[in-house]
Amino acid sequence: MGSWTRGSGTEVSRAAIAVAVPVEETRIRSSSLWRDGVRRLRRNRLAVAGGVVITLLCFVAIFADFLAPLPYTKSNFGRLNEAPSRDYPLGTDQLGRDLLSRMIYGARVSMLVGLGAQVIVVLIGVPIGALSGYLGGRTDMFLTRFIDVMYAFPRLLFVILLMSMLGAGLTNIFIAIGLTGWVGIARQTRAQVLAIKEKEFVDGARALGAGFRRLLVRHILPNALTPIVVAVTFGIPEAIFTEAALSFIGVGINPPTPSWGQMVGEGQQYIRSYWHLCVFPSIAIAVTMLSFTFFGDGVRDALDPKLK
Amino acid sequence: MFQFVLARVLWLVPTLLAMALVTFLVMHATPGSPLDPVAEGANPLSPDAQKNLAAHYGLDRPLYQQFAIFVAKAVQGDFGNSFVYKTRTVREIILDTFPISLLLGSMALALAVVGGLTLGILAAIYQNRGWDYVSVSVATVGVAVPNFVLAVFLIILFSFVVPLFPTGGWDSPRNWVLPTVALALAPLGIIARFTRASMLEVIRADYTLTARAKGLGEIPVIFKHALKNAFIPVVTLLGPMFAAVGTGSFFVESIFRVPGMGRFFVLSMTGRDYPMIMAVVLTYGAFLAVMNLVVDLLYGVLDPRIRY
Repeated sequence: MGSWTRGSGTEVSRAAIAVAVPVEETRIRSSSLWRDGVRRLRRNRLAVAGGVVITLLCFVAIFADFLAPLPYTKSNFGRLNEAPSRDYPLGTDQLGRDLLSRMIYGARVSMLVGLGAQVIVVLIGVPIGALSGYLGGRTDMFLTRFIDVMYAFPRLLFVILLMSMLGAGLTNIFIAIGLTGWVGIARQTRAQVLAIKEKEFVDGARALGAGFRRLLVRHILPNALTPIVVAVTFGIPEAIFTEAALSFIGVGINPPTPSWGQMVGEGQQYIRSYWHLCVFPSIAIAVTMLSFTFFGDGVRDALDPKLK
Repeated sequence: MFQFVLARVLWLVPTLLAMALVTFLVMHATPGSPLDPVAEGANPLSPDAQKNLAAHYGLDRPLYQQFAIFVAKAVQGDFGNSFVYKTRTVREIILDTFPISLLLGSMALALAVVGGLTLGILAAIYQNRGWDYVSVSVATVGVAVPNFVLAVFLIILFSFVVPLFPTGGWDSPRNWVLPTVALALAPLGIIARFTRASMLEVIRADYTLTARAKGLGEIPVIFKHALKNAFIPVVTLLGPMFAAVGTGSFFVESIFRVPGMGRFFVLSMTGRDYPMIMAVVLTYGAFLAVMNLVVDLLYGVLDPRIRY
């Protein structure tokens, strides 16, 4: 049961991992690591199920325009807050908009934020961590201190602060998650680079005349990839959660663009009278988060059997 | 020991100052001002009125002076008047609401520790059998699903389907149950995961074998020998857990209409209520830092191998 030992998307578990599981030393890998990983991943039934749901969600997100029965802004003021019926399979919202259509477009926001924010996080975190670990000395000390201060700040609190100051909107969500999310990956990368740069093969490459950039990009980083990939798979649900949480309190996505978090936030005020408004988006968030967790656990166990 | 505590307490000062500074800079570096009209699209105040207000709140001074004045006053416990709730001081609001959040948080954490330990121990004893799967499921759902989504499901299940508890409010202990559970599930899941992993390790250790060999029954072996050792890594989780419970309570408080600090946090941020934002961030920050210190000390008490 490898899905047990380490946490998943939430802030606590990420911090907890840093405390409880020190980054393990790197080991020599054969070229078939990725193939082995895929084979192990396929044997993990929960991970496969998670992967299937994620693929489906991506499909829904990409083809939302064709799948949604109605445009997400189309109001029918004659039929407000209606329970699920044949015309509206999931009912209508406070403005008479089709809930199903809004949920389908909501998938687009969630997936976009989940995947897009990780790209930004990696682009900021990996270079900073790698430079910090490789250069060492003063640069490293300065960067680690900075990372420590960022770590002391409760992440969600900082993101909410940034969003309320910057204003709601998709671009600002990317900025806020990017500015706060890179810290974990930078830490991981730094620890990896620190361990790998002492290995003989790096000395060998250096002796053969490899320059600084070639050493870092061609020799060290590829060997540090596994924990980064694992961190990214867990970062995706974290970003999705962050967007949902921000939209829930009204500082995330701007209406009328639908977001599941925002739908739960608005719907829960009418939970007594119109349960469907918040229940369906809640289920969507829960299923998405669970799928990514199962998939992430699977990826970690597959790539890094030692971490079990 | 004394020196260690002293050093850690002294560290609080620069940490909190750094947090205050970061928050201050984020507030002032972003577009918008507390002098903007509260309602969206409303006409701005006349330049004269803006000037007077700015002078009244000290917003016309240079930034470094504003920060210095803030620090000097905050040290004496004076955070000024709220910009949004104009008749009340920030201190009053915090003193009114923080104890409620603290009560909710403490109950949630207590439930998380007791429930998480129980599930973790059961899972380890019955590895790969019934109880193990129950606790895997609870833990995974708790960790992966955001607490506001859990809250929606809890309300549906325990207020509507089986009307046991009210949907919100804070008047009687009956109102406390659902918010506490919603807030506790995430940390509970993490504690269960870690307890299980560390129990599995300890149960196979030589000293547990010795305890069994000398004829001890199952219960003393588990509670006196195994649990004591298995608990140590779990304690490290408690520090970051306070952060999760603290930030988690924004959402839970808003869904269950709990009159705690979480509600003010979001309102103060969207209303650019500078004094309130600073006070709330620092209250959370100070609380977290103190709790982390307590956890570190507790760690030393539980594990005599650790010396400071």
